[in-house]
Amino acid sequence: MNSSVLSNFLDWLPHVQLAHFLIVSAVLFTFGLFAMVTRRNAILVLMGLELVLNAANINLIAFARYGGVNLDGQVAAIFVIILAAAEAAVALAIVLNIYHRFQTVNVDEISSLKE
Amino acid sequence: METFDLIFYLFALITIGSAAIVVFSKNMVYAAFSLLFTFFGVAGFYVLLAADFVAVAQILVYVGGILTLLLFGVMLTNKVISVDMKTGTIHTIPAVMLAAVVFGSLAGVFYATWSTVTAPPATLTSTAGRIGELLMTAYALPFEVASVVLLVAMVGAAFIARRTKKLS
Repeated sequence: MNSSVLSNFLDWLPHVQLAHFLIVSAVLFTFGLFAMVTRRNAILVLMGLELVLNAANINLIAFARYGGVNLDGQVAAIFVIILAAAEAAVALAIVLNIYHRFQTVNVDEISSLKE
Repeated sequence: METFDLIFYLFALITIGSAAIVVFSKNMVYAAFSLLFTFFGVAGFYVLLAADFVAVAQILVYVGGILTLLLFGVMLTNKVISVDMKTGTIHTIPAVMLAAVVFGSLAGVFYATWSTVTAPPATLTSTAGRIGELLMTAYALPFEVASVVLLVAMVGAAFIARRTKKLS
């Protein structure tokens, strides 16, 4: 049984279909999550967030393509891009303010809301 | 393997390799610049998935806008004297476990559920016009809300980031 699963997998691997895109997006999502959890610098946490958003976008567009050619998924992806732009601008403004106040952007050192 | 598969694996290599540099590099500037290649690779996936307009929007917004903002963030929040711009990591072992569990479950579900879905009929036409029609008809309200959100984010970011003048 194990060998048939493996041969199915090896048979599946070179023929790119929906699941290939989904698994690449899973890799990107995991990397983004890992960056968000482990990085100390707030800017790198934001980069991890962008990776997560890109992974979600790949999923949306892959399903839009393979679930019949349907544009609703692409429109949803465009809204995700819009919100990512707004989020990046506001988050960086907050990070700059934090830097002016604390002289650091390490997320584990910023533990007070008020001086 | 056909050309499509080869191109897919090329973009997958670019995307995942540069994403790994973003996640594991100690140098923030290297991380920011490899994010550029990640975004390009994702745009390549969009082209492979017949989403030409979204691919162009991805390059314009992510590479042209968000990446520039992030680079400004890197430059403005490090002391110029510390040239190396190193950064540390925390919680590494719990994060490895969390990431392994999340990736295992996601990839397992994706492979088990969707591995039999085959290629759809190839009617590849330009999507920009139809997306524009959708934004003006079915998605008119979200479109307007998104424009207000962008305006509020712009004003809010400018207000938060400016330095308050000391009254003397």
